[in-house]
Amino acid sequence: MSEEENTPADDAETEAAVDPAPDHETRYGLVVSDSVGDIVLHSSAADYLEAMVAAHDDGFDQLIDLTAVDYLAYSAPRGLPDGVAAERFEVVTQLINHESGERVRVRVQVSGGDPVAPSLFDLWPGCEALEREVFDMFGIEFADHPDMSRILMPEDWDGHPLRKDYAVGSIPVQFKAASNIR
Amino acid sequence: MYLPKIGDTTDIANDGLGGLEHNFITGNVENLINWARRRSTWPATFGLACCAIEMMATGAAHYDLARYGMETFRASPRQADLMIVAGRVSQKMAPILRQVYDQMMEPKWVISMGVCASSGGMFNNYAIVQGVDQVVPVDVYAPGCPPGPETLMHAIFTLHEKIENQEILKRREENGGGAGIVIEQRDGQTAGLTIGG
Amino acid sequence: MTAERVLRRGDDSAVLRLSETEAAEIGNDPGASSDDDRVLLNMGPSHPSTHGVLRLMLEMEGETVLRSKPVVGYLHTGMEKQAEQLSYLQGCTNVTRMDYAAPLFSELAFSLTTEKLLGIEVPDRAVWIRMLMCELNRMSSHLLFMATNGMDLGAVGMMIYGWREREEVLRFFEMVTGLRMNHNYIRPGGVAADLPDGWEEEVERILDITEPRLAEYDILMTGQPIWRERLQGVGVLNTDEALALSATGPLLRSTGYAWDLRRAQPYLAYDDVDFDVLVGTYGDCYDRYAIRLNEIRESMRIVRQILEKMPSGDYRIQDKKVTPPPRVRIDQSMEALIHHFKIFTEGYKVPVGEAYCAVESPRGELGVYIVSDGTSTPYRMHVRGPSFINLQTMPHLMKDGLIADGVAIISSVDPIMGEVDR
Repeated sequence: MSEEENTPADDAETEAAVDPAPDHETRYGLVVSDSVGDIVLHSSAADYLEAMVAAHDDGFDQLIDLTAVDYLAYSAPRGLPDGVAAERFEVVTQLINHESGERVRVRVQVSGGDPVAPSLFDLWPGCEALEREVFDMFGIEFADHPDMSRILMPEDWDGHPLRKDYAVGSIPVQFKAASNIR
Repeated sequence: MYLPKIGDTTDIANDGLGGLEHNFITGNVENLINWARRRSTWPATFGLACCAIEMMATGAAHYDLARYGMETFRASPRQADLMIVAGRVSQKMAPILRQVYDQMMEPKWVISMGVCASSGGMFNNYAIVQGVDQVVPVDVYAPGCPPGPETLMHAIFTLHEKIENQEILKRREENGGGAGIVIEQRDGQTAGLTIGG
Repeated sequence: MTAERVLRRGDDSAVLRLSETEAAEIGNDPGASSDDDRVLLNMGPSHPSTHGVLRLMLEMEGETVLRSKPVVGYLHTGMEKQAEQLSYLQGCTNVTRMDYAAPLFSELAFSLTTEKLLGIEVPDRAVWIRMLMCELNRMSSHLLFMATNGMDLGAVGMMIYGWREREEVLRFFEMVTGLRMNHNYIRPGGVAADLPDGWEEEVERILDITEPRLAEYDILMTGQPIWRERLQGVGVLNTDEALALSATGPLLRSTGYAWDLRRAQPYLAYDDVDFDVLVGTYGDCYDRYAIRLNEIRESMRIVRQILEKMPSGDYRIQDKKVTPPPRVRIDQSMEALIHHFKIFTEGYKVPVGEAYCAVESPRGELGVYIVSDGTSTPYRMHVRGPSFINLQTMPHLMKDGLIADGVAIISSVDPIMGEVDR
């Protein structure tokens, strides 16, 4: 299943948590790394759809989760392997292979300027609502999605709340002791 | 709770028809109407989140709102008197809250159940309306996250008392909107009676 | 058995892909729709049968539902954004309010993910206490399902009975955690407090009371002809469709697929206890009802084993950086005071990285994905809410059924809107 390629080892990354395998293991054309015991595949936008089709055909029969992360304000090193250029957004997908019990996380880089990613609807239709939520919260559009519209916020809402440049929206609160407590 | 005091007629002077035994014929009609209104305030179903679960628990057998004439949660706002806003109100839900409130017929009262409904609670962010009093006039605020059934019942009794002695109208005038009465939490203060044990 | 029908995109799909503004326009202009027999009906969000604030747009022909669209977002609370403002110790107060019928599971998933990032292991007693509380929570959540399912289908008395049993479990929770709901009890590092004296008797009393009452439910509902007529053959799903739609939990198991994370990918100490994984045969609403009823019995079985096997020891990890010191020590030691202060104000720092952990909640796979940047608040926290994803099956379950069946279907999917909208 995994293709071992004899490429020279990466410069060692220094964080304890994200640790790419020294012999640069790849699966479905994507670099594999380990994150506190989870198998993570890193992808750039170009390799993504092909790799997902390969994963689907290889037995990953269910998409567990699909979400996104906005790395705009991330202060620590990203820890991405060579060959994967860091972009502002990442779409993170969790897949599971029920027969082998294996879980895999796929992280694809999506540019901040024109955030578009391919939709996985034809592989796993259960991603429909999840991709709508990512669009609503981050503004990442999914190409070829059957219904690319907001799902949580009102339809005419302006802005994408989970982006790092969108404020939490808290109001200043002054504690007032209520005078008429029963 | 009212208990008639035998031989003492001060209750009639203070409580109108509270001294029912003594004064059924000569009490005025307004007292009769308030007596009836207080004893059958039908709530509208407006359970939104976690507080709705506690509201349902208050209507269930252990805490039993039926003894106060309130077990019939009316689905149609036209048939309801009381709106218990139980839960956090999001931006998308606020217009619907207002619509349901407007559809209720006078006289109507609002209890804001829980901290999210009263002030936005722990969610001071873009998504939650910071207090339903921005949308509807609130008569009683019940704090808690969620307020247990005892606290909700304390809020309901407070409202009931104010309905019966008409103080609710006075408070509303003073406040310029809902009566705005804040109650304190009463959870966990009853003796732990167990069913079947 | 194929998943073909869930892949359709056009008018032959079960999902009505119409925006709310378009639907409103059709509503305002009756002449707009060309097909006179089809009606667009709006159900909710303020409706007694929608289990919270779920809105359904139904395209109907007479009483038959053709296509439908669940519209959510009426309880969106911005919890994932809020989590970025709260420390890891406060994080549990946030996630616990997502699935408010089974709050301890959300706390557990959050705690497990944080502990994975921290690289710490909790003591045995903490693990078993967590398991005890979670299984009792599974019981109370399924009892809530039985109550609401019964009431939706007309067995109004079931509402009262379900709550009667639930009160027993909630009273135990109040005894242990201090709160009836939204406990903030399972925290990264262990649990907030040890079980109080006399907990074994309380738990045994709950189990002894519930056992015969479940038999009462069998009499009231399971064997009853009306109940069977209303649920059997209604809302049928097959395994391929369920897997394709990312459904998990009783919804997936009702199709005959025996996938339960407690058995397949055990967490806590589930491989040390005996229990059965329940599956259905037809994938209909009756199967989902029966699975949940019997899961209560399996949970009771697990709780009895926990009563025997509960180990002694610490109820939280003795790591000074993560666990606040006992209150008494704050008066005695300056270091304890400083640790307490730092943990409760700033919070402890979690190493850089990302992790995902999942548990089997009463609704399905509940997972938490955290990205940490080395500070004391999560950089990104995402909760994989099973109800949100299971809701996608609803249009397919409702297609070509009657609207009365629609109510039964919503009830059998058992969504909790707090988890759907977050």
